[in-house]
Amino acid sequence: MSKTKIDEINRNVYDIKNADNYDFKMEKGLNKQIVEEISKQKNEPEWMKKIRLNALETYNNLELPTWGPDLSDLNMDDLATYVRPKSKLNENWEDVPEEIRQTFDRLGIPEAEKKSLSGVGAQYDSEVVYHSIKEDLLKQGVIYTDMETAVRDYPEIVKEHFMKCVPVTDHKFVALHAAVWSGGSFVYVPKNVKVDIPLQSYFRLNSPESGQFEHTLIIVDEGASLHFIEGCSAPKYNKVNLHAGCVELYVKDNAYLRYSTIENWSKNMMNLNTKKAIVGKNAQMDWVTGSFGSRVSMLYPLSILNGEGAKTEYTGITFAGKDQNLDTGFKVIHNAEHTSSVINSKSISKDGGACTYRALVRVNKNAKKSKCSVSCESLMLDDISRSDTIPVNDIRTNDVEFSHEAKIGKISDKEIFYLMSRGLSEEDSRAMIVRGFAYPISKELPVEYAVEMNNLINLELERKHRINFND
Amino acid sequence: MNNLLNIDNLYVKVGEKEILKGLSLQINKGETHVIMGPNGAGKSTLANAILNNPEYKKTDGNVEFEGENINNLSTDKIARKGVFMSFQLPQEIPGISVLNFLKFAKGKIENKPVKIFEFRDTVNKYAEELNINPKMLERNLNVGFSGGEKKKNEILQMLVLNPKLAILDETDSGLDVDAVKTVSKGIGMYKNNDNAVLVITHNMRILESLNVDYVHILVDGKIAKTGGPELIKEIEKEGFKKYKTTEP
Repeated sequence: MSKTKIDEINRNVYDIKNADNYDFKMEKGLNKQIVEEISKQKNEPEWMKKIRLNALETYNNLELPTWGPDLSDLNMDDLATYVRPKSKLNENWEDVPEEIRQTFDRLGIPEAEKKSLSGVGAQYDSEVVYHSIKEDLLKQGVIYTDMETAVRDYPEIVKEHFMKCVPVTDHKFVALHAAVWSGGSFVYVPKNVKVDIPLQSYFRLNSPESGQFEHTLIIVDEGASLHFIEGCSAPKYNKVNLHAGCVELYVKDNAYLRYSTIENWSKNMMNLNTKKAIVGKNAQMDWVTGSFGSRVSMLYPLSILNGEGAKTEYTGITFAGKDQNLDTGFKVIHNAEHTSSVINSKSISKDGGACTYRALVRVNKNAKKSKCSVSCESLMLDDISRSDTIPVNDIRTNDVEFSHEAKIGKISDKEIFYLMSRGLSEEDSRAMIVRGFAYPISKELPVEYAVEMNNLINLELERKHRINFND
Repeated sequence: MNNLLNIDNLYVKVGEKEILKGLSLQINKGETHVIMGPNGAGKSTLANAILNNPEYKKTDGNVEFEGENINNLSTDKIARKGVFMSFQLPQEIPGISVLNFLKFAKGKIENKPVKIFEFRDTVNKYAEELNINPKMLERNLNVGFSGGEKKKNEILQMLVLNPKLAILDETDSGLDVDAVKTVSKGIGMYKNNDNAVLVITHNMRILESLNVDYVHILVDGKIAKTGGPELIKEIEKEGFKKYKTTEP
């Protein structure tokens, strides 16, 4: 039987790069002048500038992590931290400059907006170029805008929440983020307002040798609910690009937030992202994550279950191919009674790619009667790929239900033979099994994204033609 | 041409162990064959070797289908020529429903797109005949199916894919009386003068309602005796003892 041939994948639309036409590109490097210049370019209030400068100091005092993937290729002296596109913030796609608009057209954003979203944000390099929200949400008091506007128009809310869920001192790249952050989305959903149709922000990094540091701040007030979708991609360059975003989520009592991500960075990207949620009484925070791209990822979303009866569910899939080291996982802190967490993680590695599931479950002494169940499964498509599971379970009370299940496997010859005996080629059989493995995750994604994920898996497995088993 | 399968002096190894040792067998259109034999005689090996499962290595002899040597043809191509195997232990494949899987496989076997409405009607009709709950068609292929559901699903696949030769590897094992009847009924629905069935079993029950043409006794990797349905009665009474040359 011949082995499945897997070439370097063709990422088609994701890889189309535009000329590096910017309105302003900060000189490379990182120092006090540069941080002050970003603040000045943004015409920021003094308090935000102070946060930036303090964060820079913290950054300089913190060491790189001593664990996880090798970050030695990352040199801040080679990166521009702020690239302002040749576009202001627009409310109509027609007003977005053509070249930028075409990029988002190809990514299907305006089309998705018409069909299945109630608001859209689109960021190009360091600034948001388009933002929209449906009229009826506005009437109900929902705020959905870019972070810069939020700093200007809602300073009190921003001051109260910005870098409070994720402290600047957390790690070096959070400090970096706080010093040079730009763009991102701000969402506020008032008490008891249910946003039935998702909001989506898409982050596109076009400029080579630069970083993207968007900040997402979402507050879902008591009894309210929201589904927020985040997408990201970049074309491939030869030199390192950096993504160090920060996502802060506040899910107040009895509220619900679902945060879905499809991350499809190019393979020159260092993706060092930080995401946290604070979850109130009887509230629920669900994470759905698909990580496909980047050369190195270090990403471990955290739910802090602070209120009694708070719940969180994490559903994530990671797909590492050639030259990729994706170090991902989920962290949860049970910090009140009757809290519960369900963690479902899957990873696929091939062509020498490495997936690491690195996770933390902490159940504090006060979190009696809590429940936690963890399941992580890995699939390796060949003998040269790696898959590691590094769970840390820190359980500080006996009064807890905890289960952990880990499976590492390969596609079995028996499965392949069974499918081939029904007339499927070996390639079709493998793709069917891989998609089946990913299915529990893809079914959690919004339809367009499930299709995109399946296409990505097909792209990864087979370059020449796409297979649609379900059409 | 009337001949479908022609196996000539076949030797097959699994790992280092020789299982089939010079087996010959001919199956023509319209015929129902039964292979019986003690555990470990090589019955399942024969089925796997016909479909060219890479774990089973042919060291000598030939397998021909419709006059063409298929010794080294890949399993999917053998399937597309019209050979089907019902598995003892069907694999569980998450992420695809029985109906979508059947549609995909049918498209591959016939090498043309399947008309979905017509196809769904056909599948529903067969499912009803086999007492298969229509909800099962929407479930993931074999995932969480009971033993009986898996076997019925294999028979459903046989009916839908409509092969020229169906090999049923212990499809009756572990089934209750009613399920065995359903499987027999399925075989009856499938069988006609242009196709053939090879039933591998060590259980007599399934044979009661089939019109068996030939019975082969497989012992120690070879056909020890071939006869008509009367052999079934003999084995039922006396077992395989008199055919054994060596102790297993």
